[in-house]
Amino acid sequence: MGHIEPVGAPDALSRRKFIVTGLSAAGGLALGIAFPNLASARPLGDAPWSNDALATPAEVNAWIVIDPDETITIRIPHSEMGQGAATANPMIVAEELECDWAKIKGEFASPNRNVRENNVYKDQNTVGSRGVATAWQYLQQAGASARVRLVQAAATRWNVAAGECVAENGAVVHKASNRRFTYGQLAADAAKVKLDKEPEIKSPDQFKLIGKPLPRLDTPVKVTGAAKFGIDAKVPGMVYAAIISCPVVGGTVASVDESGLKGKRGGLKVVKLKDAVAVVADNTWRAQQGLDALKIEWNYGPGANSDSEQMKQMYRETLTGPMVQVRADGDVAPVLAGGGKVIEAFYQVPHLAHAPMEPMNATVDLKADRLDVWIGTQNALGTTGQASRASGLPQEQVYVHNGYLGGGFGRRSTNDEMIQAIAIAKEIGKPVKLTWSREQDIRGDRYRPQAAAQFRAVLGSNGVVQALEAKVAVGSINRSQGRPVENGIEGQAVDGIVNSPYKIPNFYVGGQMKNTHLPVSFWRSVGGSQNCFFYESFIDELAHAAGKDPYRFRRDMVERVDFVGVLEKLHETSGWETKLPKGRGRGIAVAENHGSVVGTVAEVTVNDRDQIKVDRLVVAVDCYHVVNPKIIEAQMESGAMFGLSAVLYGEMTVKAGQVQELNFDTYRIVRQAEAPTVEVHLVPSGGKKWGGIGECGTATIAPAVGNAIFAATGKRVRELPLKNVKLSQLASL
Amino acid sequence: MAVTLKVNGKTHTLDIEPEMPLLWALRDEIGLTGTKFGCGIAQCGACTVHVDGVAMRSCSVPVSTVTGKTITTIEGLAAADGKLHPVQAAWVAEDVPQCGYCQSGQIMEAAALLKKTPNPTDADITAITNICRCGTYVRIRRAIHRAATTKV
Repeated sequence: MGHIEPVGAPDALSRRKFIVTGLSAAGGLALGIAFPNLASARPLGDAPWSNDALATPAEVNAWIVIDPDETITIRIPHSEMGQGAATANPMIVAEELECDWAKIKGEFASPNRNVRENNVYKDQNTVGSRGVATAWQYLQQAGASARVRLVQAAATRWNVAAGECVAENGAVVHKASNRRFTYGQLAADAAKVKLDKEPEIKSPDQFKLIGKPLPRLDTPVKVTGAAKFGIDAKVPGMVYAAIISCPVVGGTVASVDESGLKGKRGGLKVVKLKDAVAVVADNTWRAQQGLDALKIEWNYGPGANSDSEQMKQMYRETLTGPMVQVRADGDVAPVLAGGGKVIEAFYQVPHLAHAPMEPMNATVDLKADRLDVWIGTQNALGTTGQASRASGLPQEQVYVHNGYLGGGFGRRSTNDEMIQAIAIAKEIGKPVKLTWSREQDIRGDRYRPQAAAQFRAVLGSNGVVQALEAKVAVGSINRSQGRPVENGIEGQAVDGIVNSPYKIPNFYVGGQMKNTHLPVSFWRSVGGSQNCFFYESFIDELAHAAGKDPYRFRRDMVERVDFVGVLEKLHETSGWETKLPKGRGRGIAVAENHGSVVGTVAEVTVNDRDQIKVDRLVVAVDCYHVVNPKIIEAQMESGAMFGLSAVLYGEMTVKAGQVQELNFDTYRIVRQAEAPTVEVHLVPSGGKKWGGIGECGTATIAPAVGNAIFAATGKRVRELPLKNVKLSQLASL
Repeated sequence: MAVTLKVNGKTHTLDIEPEMPLLWALRDEIGLTGTKFGCGIAQCGACTVHVDGVAMRSCSVPVSTVTGKTITTIEGLAAADGKLHPVQAAWVAEDVPQCGYCQSGQIMEAAALLKKTPNPTDADITAITNICRCGTYVRIRRAIHRAATTKV
């Protein structure tokens, strides 16, 4: 625990009791109904800040603490931002523990301890859909290693061979002599057991807990307002800060006229940073009011010379220049030049903001020998490093207390707001809570890169694709974040095209990285968010040119079990073969994204005023192994709505270098009125690989919707968002 | 100046400006952080509370307009004995929240809807404009229908 009691901590116990009472009183909503033999684990606590204490006697290993009352605490390495890691991670550990799920209590792992103990909690970086996909092995191992040590500890006490003892239901049993020790009685001994080698972990066919649709452990604290997000941190003596950064990224502060602050209450103080101005007060609103009262002059810098049209032109022109070759099967050139009909199309999409519901914020308490940070971060370990660099303190002296994240989607993996808060704290000399306004959250975002693509293809006389050339121009995330672009291209630039599953004898994929002055970063589904729209729309164009059904066209080009499974499930469950009335259409798209294969069938209605309504989405996903089907279903629903907001409305319009959409009135997000029904089907095909789930659900929404619009109208959408598209003005194909 | 607010059955006398939005009085002055800041312009609904039983977006409600009125926040929605409000219970049953940040506002909005319209149609639910960036709309819809059949 940090040296400060976080808000909510003192009454955590009473609150837990409150929740349990509430659940049973509400009519037995606890798990007992769904799983008669499996009571729910304890809900997570309202204050998620990690316990930074080092090993205690009850700790079997860094992941597992077993108290004398048999409560089993499992440390959760990954951030909880809605994607369900805080339920799925403990399920994987508990799978190996042979214990009652009702005894399990989750607790977030300490980033500080991770630093001090040589990455005992691994990378603690919840990005790239990795919360399960790259964590399952070490989580299972943590459980298995603890179980085997508990067995050995019992065997040693009884002076029998470990092989004669069995771990079952939270105890170790020696059946021959009918003796039994509970885990709680063995934990301290187990921690001291040295093994020659770590035990094997279970194979999926042995799973008993993994695969069950257990309720989320974070739901109870999220329906009472109790759950603490970074923005809810309160530190004694802290001041509240508001900030505005230069409206043109790359610009700097020229001058600040503070005269407007005269007579305003709140103990207002102005802090000037290189590219931003902050006001500190005794209340967030007073800080915001103070900020509004300043007259700030900016040096806008060269970014001010750019606008949306110019950016579009730059990406379009980039496509006519040299490409970095990423994939080349056969040789497209002779086929494209062979005199057959070349089908061509140009696609483009704009920059997009993440806009998580919780605006970026950080609370910091900087002392000479210690820095405490309360924040919601996807990257707890990396944030510790960033805080170390910004404060000048070694990482061991930085304590990041990670809250529940009010949405991440890739935004919360870098912490510009924390760097600012540390700079403000240095100047003010008090603990500081910095809260970005929504306008600052969007102005200060690191956007989904703008991108464009050019395709050329030739079909054979049988309607089979003979050659396909794909060229992409897109912003470099690496370059934007100060990292080199190896070999001139990065994975995200061509993801969703380069991993095309289709049998095409001559297939070329090339890309070129080109940045504007706007910083870019990872945005849910990353390269897939634009490339799946480009590629799967173009594949649809080819199906149409070949005179084939878009499902059948794709199905005939794939052999991989995962793609076949997803396509056939979509075909079966969407009613693909049934006709829709005039004005309605159905579109299909499929892709590989973040290690899983996902597909969507969208149904849309288009009226005679060009208005488009997405009525229904059917999603099928193969992530190979399922930890919690309920959470995967929720992630697919979530990814779908996230994708749909981008399809319908998402764009950053740039004028004189400044992003124009700064709040939800102009940066529109899908609301209940636009939300279609979403049906989710899981088709796990097993095998060695485990797929990611947090992002893939977004990837195929845009192309499925675009293809459905084509089915309804014969008009091909090649640019997003749809709010700018006048279907009646597009040529019929 | 002294502003008196009646929140969740407790009376708070605060030395704050009359134009301070209720949201910031709740969060920074009273310390009730269940009500969330999302946009500051009454667009997203993360800050939704009840004022005399009506759902309001507290980021855009000056405290001077709600003195003497009955204000309920998410922390005050459950019964005094801890029994969850039917909307909260339905949210648990449907496992609605993902990141959870907007859910205080969604729950308060849904509770106000059910108070006014005990058996809402899909169209009634569609009229809710609270934003959920995690896109939990399908489950919110199911949970409201569930809560409607549970009754208060």
